[in-house]
Amino acid sequence: MNPNNYLILAAILFTIGVYGVLVRRNAIIVFMSVELMLNAANLAFVAAARNTGTLDGLVVAFFVMVVAAAEVVVGLAIIVTIFRTRRSASIDEASLMKY
Amino acid sequence: MIAALIGLPLLGATVLLLGGRRTNAWGHFLAVAMSAASFILGASLFIQMAGKSEEEREIGQHLFDWISVGAFQVPFGLHLDQLSIVFVLLITGVGTLIHIYSIGYMEHDPNRRRFFAYLNLFVAAMLLLVLADNYFLLYVGWEGVGLASYLLISFYQQKPSAATAGKKAFVVNRVGDVGLSLAIMLMFVTFGTVTFEGVNAAAESGSSSTITWIGLALLLAACGKSAQFPLQSWLLDAMEGPTPVSALIHAATMVTAGVYLIVRAHAIFDLSETARTAVVVVGAITLLLGAFIGTAKDDIKKGLAGSTMSQIGYMVLAAGLGPVGYVFAIFHLLTHGMFKAGLFLGAGSVMHGMHDDVNMRHYGALRTMMKVTYATFGLGFLAIIGVPPFAGFWSKDEIIYVAFSQSMIIGLATLVGAGVTAFYMTRMMAMTFFGEARWEDDVHPHESPAVMTIPMIVLAVGSVLGGMAMLFVADIEHWLEPVTGFAKPEHSVSHNVLIPVTLAVVLGGALFAWSRYGRRPVPVEAPANVSFLTKAARADAYGDALNEAVLMRPGQYLTRSLTWFDSKAIDGLVSGSAAAIGGLSARARRLQNGFVRSYALTMLCGAVLIALVLLLVRL
Repeated sequence: MNPNNYLILAAILFTIGVYGVLVRRNAIIVFMSVELMLNAANLAFVAAARNTGTLDGLVVAFFVMVVAAAEVVVGLAIIVTIFRTRRSASIDEASLMKY
Repeated sequence: MIAALIGLPLLGATVLLLGGRRTNAWGHFLAVAMSAASFILGASLFIQMAGKSEEEREIGQHLFDWISVGAFQVPFGLHLDQLSIVFVLLITGVGTLIHIYSIGYMEHDPNRRRFFAYLNLFVAAMLLLVLADNYFLLYVGWEGVGLASYLLISFYQQKPSAATAGKKAFVVNRVGDVGLSLAIMLMFVTFGTVTFEGVNAAAESGSSSTITWIGLALLLAACGKSAQFPLQSWLLDAMEGPTPVSALIHAATMVTAGVYLIVRAHAIFDLSETARTAVVVVGAITLLLGAFIGTAKDDIKKGLAGSTMSQIGYMVLAAGLGPVGYVFAIFHLLTHGMFKAGLFLGAGSVMHGMHDDVNMRHYGALRTMMKVTYATFGLGFLAIIGVPPFAGFWSKDEIIYVAFSQSMIIGLATLVGAGVTAFYMTRMMAMTFFGEARWEDDVHPHESPAVMTIPMIVLAVGSVLGGMAMLFVADIEHWLEPVTGFAKPEHSVSHNVLIPVTLAVVLGGALFAWSRYGRRPVPVEAPANVSFLTKAARADAYGDALNEAVLMRPGQYLTRSLTWFDSKAIDGLVSGSAAAIGGLSARARRLQNGFVRSYALTMLCGAVLIALVLLLVRL
């Protein structure tokens, strides 16, 4: 199979993630889109690792997974807290920290 | 012992200034007592000194090391020699008389205590000036008398004219003080010392141009303090102060400090022909200018002030003639101190009886009303115009004599000055004491109380006998010789010719004035259609106008344009850049809108941009 296909898939997934982050208001969806972007990157790393036959891309992919897991823990906790105080998970309403 | 001379009046000033209103009742007596004690001490030191042989007369007192930084050593040392002691006697003697006079003159003034405190402060500072044994300490006294002069000129501080006059004196004196500080710095750089002894000993070692510069800087200092051309303008305005102040500070003592400085620094002037010539020229110009101004003044005090300038011009001129003149500069200074103080006190006494009116056109025929004032003023008048055997004759005649020995032009200047002096003094006498009465009906001229007339009588006696006593009894020429050096002029017009000529000129001036002001009635209003010269003399020879046009206006333009440049250009740059950055950040702040998605878009744009750049760079 052409290794470029993996990269094209990763680019498609990343674009979907970017689109989700930019247009969706629900914090959970945005969060999922972020995860999608991370995993698109992971896919690209793994594909590149297989292409070159080295372990570097695989190692980075593991790091990204760990960071993503940690991020989910912190991010979800914040979203839940915001939802509890404001009865809404819309990120546009949580726009208090501005000029 | 020497320190006590200064300490006593300083103590008096301190007590009166710190004691406040509690000392109101007896403050003036304390001030008089302190001044008198200083005089008695000075007199006893003088008698001691006179009893010693010539070599042992000079005594010093080292109080402490004042400044000791590397090579710069300034001792706080006092020094009493033949020159200092005559100043001490003049300052404390005339000073005490004027203190006594002021008791009467300032009787009704609510600020009498403050007045006496300042007078004592002045006496202390002036004594420090003449007793210092180095130029640096002399500078302290120099500034001290300047301060006292400022405080006393603007004593009637509620009058704007007096406040302005004080400021003017202060500012003009600063110009001269720059000269003194420059001279001291040059001395230190050249000789490595600022003591009189050290400078006198090392003067030979300096290069001739440096010596000349030091001399010229000292001359500038003397011009400021002694109201010599071109820094003469403050003295006439200084007459805003109370009359005893004019008598003590602006006639007898402080304004002669410049002459003292020149004589004290004779080692410098002996070596520089140029500096001496400059001194002589300044003296000659001032003696004519002052006399010229005196001829047209209707204000009795300003007339006397012009006369003071002129007489100090004589002293400066004599001091500039070198060893032949130093002694006579000091001699004239001493006789002038007595008769001019007497004249000023007389003027004060007249003002006291005339409701503080100073305009001589409102006087007239006062000789019957104020007999003592008339007599004492008249004796001072005879002394100043130089009628033998009064004090001024001996000193002024000697100056004219040595002036002729040096140069015909300078000699003629002094001779003309003598004639003009006779003119304006006779005019003053005629307008004040003779002619018909011109005062208003509600003015009742009366003689002043004894506390005022007694000092006037004492000074009048000094004006009569002082010259002869100093010349024949004290032998001032040889008394001062060890300090200042003394030389007989080599060739001059003979005394036998000069004295009759001088007397003829004086008589001519006096008769001319008498014919114009004694024989004819004096108009109460000053005539308006007068010659250009009269107008010039009334306007102080346009000294103020010149200062305004040459110095004040350009100075104002300069400051105005500098302020403009400062506020527009400098401040504009600083506050403009601050405003620009502030405005920019206010706009940049708008980007921080709180919407996560817009942040995400920004990040995306950034990431795309970086990716594009990386791609481009790789290509």
